[in-house]
Amino acid sequence: MGYERQADYGTPAKQGAANVTLNIDGRAVTVPEGTSVMRAAAECGGEIPKLCATDSVEAFGSCRMCLVEVEGMRGLPASCTTPVREGMVVRTQTPRLEKIRRGVMELYISDHPLDCLTCAANNDCELQDTAAAVGLRDVRYGYQGENHLGSAPDLSNPYFSFAPDKCIVCSRCVRACEETQGTFALTIEGRGFESAVSAGQKSDNFLGSECVSCGACVQACPTAALSEKSVKAIGKPERSVVTTCAYCGVGCTFRAEMRGNQLVRMVPWKDGKANRGHSCVKGRFAWGYANHADRITRPMIRDAITQPWREVSWDEAISFTANRLNAIKAQYGARALGGITSSRCTNEEAFLVQKLVRGGFGSNNVDTCARVCHSPTGYGLSRAFGTSAGTQDFDSVEDSDVILIIGANPTDGHPVFASRMKKRIRQGAKLIVIDPRRIDMVRSAHIAADHHLALQPGTNVAVLTALAHVIVTEGLADEAFIRERCDWDEYQDWARFVSDARHSPETLEPVTRVPAAELRAAARLFATGGPGWPSGQRKRPNGAIYYGLGVTEHSQGSSTVMAIANLAMVTGNIGRRGVGVNPLRGQNNVQGSCDMGSFPHELSGYRHISDAATRALFEADWGVTLDSEPGLRIPNMLDAAVDGTFRAIYIQGEDILQSDPNTHHVAAGLAAMDCVIVHDLFLNETANYAHVFLPGSTFLEKTGTFTNAERRIQMVRRVMDPANGYEDWEVTQLLANAMDLGWNYTHASEIMDEIARLTPTFAGVSHARLDAEGGLQWPVNEAAPDGSPIMHVDGFVRGRGKFMVTEYIPTDERTGPRYPLLLTTGRVLSQYNVGAQTRRTENSVWHGEDVLEIHPTDAENRGLKSGDWVRLASRAGETTLRTLVTDRVAPGVVYTTFHHPDTQANVVTTENSDWATNCPEYKVTAVQVTPSNGPTEWQRDYANQAEQSRRISREAAE
Amino acid sequence: MSNGHDTNNHLIRMANQIAANLAAMGHDQAVAETQEHIAKFWDPRMKAGIAAADHAALSPIALAAITRLTASH
Ligand code: SF4
Ligand code: SF4
Ligand code: SF4
Ligand code: FES
Repeated sequence: MGYERQADYGTPAKQGAANVTLNIDGRAVTVPEGTSVMRAAAECGGEIPKLCATDSVEAFGSCRMCLVEVEGMRGLPASCTTPVREGMVVRTQTPRLEKIRRGVMELYISDHPLDCLTCAANNDCELQDTAAAVGLRDVRYGYQGENHLGSAPDLSNPYFSFAPDKCIVCSRCVRACEETQGTFALTIEGRGFESAVSAGQKSDNFLGSECVSCGACVQACPTAALSEKSVKAIGKPERSVVTTCAYCGVGCTFRAEMRGNQLVRMVPWKDGKANRGHSCVKGRFAWGYANHADRITRPMIRDAITQPWREVSWDEAISFTANRLNAIKAQYGARALGGITSSRCTNEEAFLVQKLVRGGFGSNNVDTCARVCHSPTGYGLSRAFGTSAGTQDFDSVEDSDVILIIGANPTDGHPVFASRMKKRIRQGAKLIVIDPRRIDMVRSAHIAADHHLALQPGTNVAVLTALAHVIVTEGLADEAFIRERCDWDEYQDWARFVSDARHSPETLEPVTRVPAAELRAAARLFATGGPGWPSGQRKRPNGAIYYGLGVTEHSQGSSTVMAIANLAMVTGNIGRRGVGVNPLRGQNNVQGSCDMGSFPHELSGYRHISDAATRALFEADWGVTLDSEPGLRIPNMLDAAVDGTFRAIYIQGEDILQSDPNTHHVAAGLAAMDCVIVHDLFLNETANYAHVFLPGSTFLEKTGTFTNAERRIQMVRRVMDPANGYEDWEVTQLLANAMDLGWNYTHASEIMDEIARLTPTFAGVSHARLDAEGGLQWPVNEAAPDGSPIMHVDGFVRGRGKFMVTEYIPTDERTGPRYPLLLTTGRVLSQYNVGAQTRRTENSVWHGEDVLEIHPTDAENRGLKSGDWVRLASRAGETTLRTLVTDRVAPGVVYTTFHHPDTQANVVTTENSDWATNCPEYKVTAVQVTPSNGPTEWQRDYANQAEQSRRISREAAE
Repeated sequence: MSNGHDTNNHLIRMANQIAANLAAMGHDQAVAETQEHIAKFWDPRMKAGIAAADHAALSPIALAAITRLTASH
């Protein structure tokens, strides 16, 4: 496919109740009520010239370029702001219109630099196209009058520039920032000729403003005024390929716009069902890591981790690895071997790694990084509803009346979905936020939470039980729904339990620190919608719950997930649009890696390994015998390694040393193993303990699928050749074949065919269908041939919804005189997970280091001010970092991110974990904070050791 | 920092934590669910480890569950 822009219909699509038929230039066209004349014309193949309209934002009607003649109407209405009417007769091209449009264009051009030939937008500029369309041939005013030429461009944003002299003040950028992104960073300052686009104050530049660099304004701009620096540097793209972002669980789809083998820019795809044409700074701009100098593209091995690395051929690396693995297996048995699949890799790749471990290594010791984030979601939701996944698609939020966010920070973790959520809130949906910290959703431009329950970290279950207490004891439960859909006896047991006075908000207030009256008000709002309800036909509001790692990463993570499920069921909020239980997944393919059988106790599609019939299916297909006992989870692998019974691990695309809790323990476990194989893009922290490094490929270099937080399976497409020579699944296959497994996949699509063959929920999935239809939401099978946007519509997958009694049990991690503060952790918008990719991009201008947020009172008691170095110590270890004094956190609570290895925030996190899944308790650690002068001894030793173990001996390379 | 002994302590702690979270179901059901949970999610070596460990520190529900689990194997 050659390069061309995606079609622009001028104004957004409308979902009017009725259809309207009108006549445009002699052609009859039927469109939904509320559609603009401009869009109607575009839908029947016409194109009315336009400058200030674009279909991502509502029309504004300022440029007068799109005037049309309408029979029986006086004057010339602007087609972008004129809605269609039945029987309307429109003419879009007449001598009178031509003359006016040419005049308007002339005025624009007289104030526009005519350096088209050297402009980055040459041939990709709507101003140019429109000038051509209206037949402008001459500019009568000359170019010598007063104009804006020569004003200095704003280059402060690392990825895009703003050139005021190319700006035609159409305000598309301003509207995009408001409507699409919801940040309200831009304004038009001044009036008439003086008017100009500005980011915040007149003196501000883009970097210093509220701008979050989402790119929506750049996308909306018709000229080169806002344009990607990469286009200026590389040139206009020549082809484009649709692919899926590899950063977060929103799963935005993009057009990767290429020149030759070089990526010019990533442009959000308007037809993407997860993102609907929007993006965030990570997916849109932060792809520079793909050819960062640190990237390793040749395999390396060493006998001991004290030695420098030796670059070798793929053959040598693979046979070295296979020999080691075979020797360990012969000496210690299959259960001494294991592997970790990656939530960053494709479904096909995760599936092959678990196949290698189960079918080749011969143990079920396979786990995935989801262990440390969303394993409680899998456990909790499968118990309550019967599936380990969220119940809705993202579009569902457009019908929500009350949104409850708990333990998630969508504006930073899931920015594109946050924009859609904010849009709904601006339309009037109510918002309840349960979070120890005042996240941006609590209060930002044109958004305010109706209730923010700033609970003490570690008391999620207590707060949720108290909410249920209020709903049940005040008679707000949706008993009709419960009788119809859930197990009534279990409901009654549960209702009795939550009604107990010990679960009242008043009794629990000293524990949760949430004012009882506020909690009661929030419970009532969620159950009833507050004043204004019942509304129309509906008795109850649509209540939707969104949650994140602040729910799962606790010693009661699984209980919290079940308590959330209880809350949704007791209010009847399951099984239709606008409601549901929605885990916001961290990494791009957390959902997929879980679906693919990455957990040690289950095969793909969440079927337990002890189930003989399922095992038989796989055994027949793979020609192997499977172990019927569950394998080790990541923390158990490390325990077993220290004990000497677990000796070899193949880790694909995961940095457990940096991302897993209690770094000292992880390091001890890795150091005790005989063969650690790291398959990754960079020499990550875990690689310091590795014997084999297999270079990986980026998402731009491979074909496969990712599954986002809405269960949507979407294609990832190879747009350039892998710098390391192989897609990641090919490397796994090389290793499998060196261990005599005889695999012969020639394309990732064949792996998907195998997944579909062996997994009932994926039965209808194939690359061919995904190519033809875009994404598909599993289950895709006979019962749901086109996939399942919303689950549990007519009944729960497990039959009847199960109310589970969830007792609040305080974590073992308590504050005391030595460790009086509670540390909780999170993330920021510009960085991703352990930062291996984003740190290697210009995103670091927004987040150069991890800082510790501390309340002014706690800071004052310690004599600290913002920017001071502090020592952060827990029972597990200590580290140092800089402070930020802020009342975003409550007194007694401190907060940091874990994006930078120098901080080693996980040196201080403990080994406490969720009771059901061993998901680590990242969100609560008792700590002390004291002034310090700089890095701790551990940080210095660590930096030293890391440097030693990253040595590569170049002589031996040949 | 960890050895066989520590690992066993860790297993005891895990079992007690599971039992405590299921206790609200009532003793009998909690024992059954704890047993089932360990059977479904622990690898054989962990199951053997806890069977052989000193059971003095196990909570009553966890103890009953482990006893049944060992008997059924
Ligand atoms: S990049 Fe996004 S946040 Fe920044 S000004 Fe443009 S639309 Fe607004
Ligand atoms: S910067 Fe671009 S989108 Fe914004 S007003 Fe100027 S021309 Fe329009
Ligand atoms: S990081 Fe997430 S929100 Fe941002 S572009 Fe990628 S998928 Fe979309
Ligand atoms: S496009 Fe309609 S007035 Fe500008």
